[in-house]
Amino acid sequence: MDVEVLSRIQFAFTVAFHYIYPPLSIGLGLLLVIMEGMYLKTGRKIYEDATRFWIKIFALIFGIGVATGIIMEFEFGTNWATYSKYVGDIFGSALAAEGIFAFALESGFLGILIFGWNRVSSRVHFFSTIMVFLGSLFSAIWIVVANSWQQTPAGYHIVGEGMNARAEITDFWAMVFNPSSVDRLTHVWIGAFLSGAFLVLSVNAYYILRKRHLEIARPSFKLALIVATACSLLQLVAGHHSADGVAKNQPAKLAAIEGHYDTLAMADMFLLGYVNNKTQEVSGLKIPGGLSFLIHGNFNDPVKGLKAFPEDERPKQINAIFQFYHIMVACGMAMIALTVFAVWQWRRNRLFETKWLLWLFVFAVLLPQVANQAGWFAAEMGRQPWVVYGLLKTSDALSKTVTANQVLFSLIMFTIVYLLLLVLFLYLLNRKIKHGPVSDHAKEELEEGSKRNNPIMQQ
Amino acid sequence: METFLGLDYNVWWFLVFGGVISGYAILDGFDLGAGALHLLLKKEQSRRIAMNAIGPVWDGNEVWLVIGGGALFAGFPVAYAAIFSAFYVPFMIFMVGLIFRAVAIEFRSKEPMLWWRKTWDVVYNIACIVIALSLGLMLGNVAYGLPLNEQKEFAGNWMSFFHPFPIMVSITTLALFLMHGAIYLTMKTENRLYTKMHLLANNFTVFFVLSFVITTLYTLLYVPHLCDQFRQSPGLFLLPVLMILAIANIPRQIKKGMYRYAFISSAVTIALLLIMVAVEIFPYLLYASNNINNSITIHNAAASAKTMKILLIIALIGTPLVAMYTAFVFWTFKGKVKLDEMSY
Repeated sequence: MDVEVLSRIQFAFTVAFHYIYPPLSIGLGLLLVIMEGMYLKTGRKIYEDATRFWIKIFALIFGIGVATGIIMEFEFGTNWATYSKYVGDIFGSALAAEGIFAFALESGFLGILIFGWNRVSSRVHFFSTIMVFLGSLFSAIWIVVANSWQQTPAGYHIVGEGMNARAEITDFWAMVFNPSSVDRLTHVWIGAFLSGAFLVLSVNAYYILRKRHLEIARPSFKLALIVATACSLLQLVAGHHSADGVAKNQPAKLAAIEGHYDTLAMADMFLLGYVNNKTQEVSGLKIPGGLSFLIHGNFNDPVKGLKAFPEDERPKQINAIFQFYHIMVACGMAMIALTVFAVWQWRRNRLFETKWLLWLFVFAVLLPQVANQAGWFAAEMGRQPWVVYGLLKTSDALSKTVTANQVLFSLIMFTIVYLLLLVLFLYLLNRKIKHGPVSDHAKEELEEGSKRNNPIMQQ
Repeated sequence: METFLGLDYNVWWFLVFGGVISGYAILDGFDLGAGALHLLLKKEQSRRIAMNAIGPVWDGNEVWLVIGGGALFAGFPVAYAAIFSAFYVPFMIFMVGLIFRAVAIEFRSKEPMLWWRKTWDVVYNIACIVIALSLGLMLGNVAYGLPLNEQKEFAGNWMSFFHPFPIMVSITTLALFLMHGAIYLTMKTENRLYTKMHLLANNFTVFFVLSFVITTLYTLLYVPHLCDQFRQSPGLFLLPVLMILAIANIPRQIKKGMYRYAFISSAVTIALLLIMVAVEIFPYLLYASNNINNSITIHNAAASAKTMKILLIIALIGTPLVAMYTAFVFWTFKGKVKLDEMSY
């Protein structure tokens, strides 16, 4: 394999793995603010226990998020040196702003969030929780701005020619508020809230089914259900806005999403299907003219198809983009159905009696994760062959001094390390969940230790 | 060229970048030093105290690296592109070191089994040593220079990294962090552990002074382009004198039990070391060892004047904020380590 393919695989792999964690941090951050707020307001111990329990899980998630996130910032330089020179003026400022405004805030107050419970007043602790949550929200802003600029560049001009060409900033705020920033940011934020809420739902559904920690699990489940329901419905609006933006700004990506080739024809919208790249046809379940309606408000108007773009200016893996997009939509719909049904059961006072529903929630933690990943894959593969849409091709963006063997080495290394991390993460998460929100956690562990005659615990 | 207070933007950004890197070296330096001596602590209780001494702050300290990376990317994209693509393999090893350091701290306390904790202790210790050595190796190479082609891209191979000079810088960096970390731990520990850290701090100071003297002698004799600024402006001689005073102050303060002053002295030592390197390489960011005309400087690597201005505004707003809450966090966790149920 050549450097380009290997570098793309490495970037996709490292960023996809990383992206398991930040949405969970953002979403759990929101839930922590709510739970701790409830604790301060009501003074009830169950909220304190719930907050402390989720802080420990938050710490575990945040730890891996940081460890896998730093590599992302430097991978532009290591593998995409030409890209870095081309966009440094713009992309770099967003990353610098992220570091100083967002990540520093988040990591600074994290220490107090995790270790400060007995050292600061409960108000200062609550303030720290809010700061950590805000830090994670700000982080998302700058990262999504940087990525959105790649999708819909704005506020720049090109200086120099050929190998020395590069984008320079002309209008900072036009760069920040480029045509897709706001839509994509809300889409990402809500996706993150869903990740956190569904994790809380899953764990508490499990406790309720196992009849453990019921006094904490029931109210926590209800809190998370409110967040999850609101966010799944809001995501429908945000997602629709995002798709509208793609139709306006990245017509080739839109055509790829629905496997729409023929420019002159009306465009269908698929619920599920399969794109045959050779015959350029899609077979599946569809709403005839649905895409035309989405864009023009009329079922018969033609939509620009893939054929309108030169062969080397449209994405290649149409079927993959099609599938990723539709998987994302399906997960979104499933979340709406699940949460709305649960709220209905709640109103009938049957929420915790419906066992199969609770079991669905235990596994539904995967829905937002799959949707987030699939959505990003559709967005990034749909942007190809451009790394900066319409300006710089991915194949021109590489580091010229890096060899295929070097990338292969790092790719293998990351694969091994990340698989190890994933196994350990799931193992420890599972242990923490099994252990549950018991407040005298340390004491109990100590007793357990001495019972087993463990020399560590006796010192 | 646009200027602010008489200095052009590029120079200002060079100063900001240098400041961030110094901040990183001072802050993460003590975390890494504490980690690099971890296995010298034998008891479980000592290891826990040492880990919890950095527990609430190491994450915030590592952010300085992220800010530094962003600062280089934004202000000097050509240098960012050249440096990180050149150091591909050492940098990847550095990154894996950072990953393992982070997860070792996080995972170690999650299980009580002896084998589990011992494994993570070893991983943690090795990771910290690898991070310090690879960081030093890269810094040494940036100071020494690398072969660059006319497009300002790396034109060597991996053997280019292993000159004696970068290797000495690498060892000196490890020694420096060990000293800094041991002094930090004397601030955070009590009783027998404190006595042990006291002894280690003294030994590592000797180790650092020895490796620093050898590296300096080598520089004077064999790396002329890293001494010419000092030769031209004798006033700069004040810097090494200050540094020697700062180093000499360390054992003195430790002896008096004023470990906070000892810690400040070692932080000043780190800052002065980096200032001396900065003075010598300025205005180069990466010196081309094959042909000086291919070197990357703060002018030919810079972002546009407009971006520089935006960045300086970001730094002006951001730095006081970061300083404020960093101080608040350190103040919250001041004093000796007390273990409780939220500890690692």
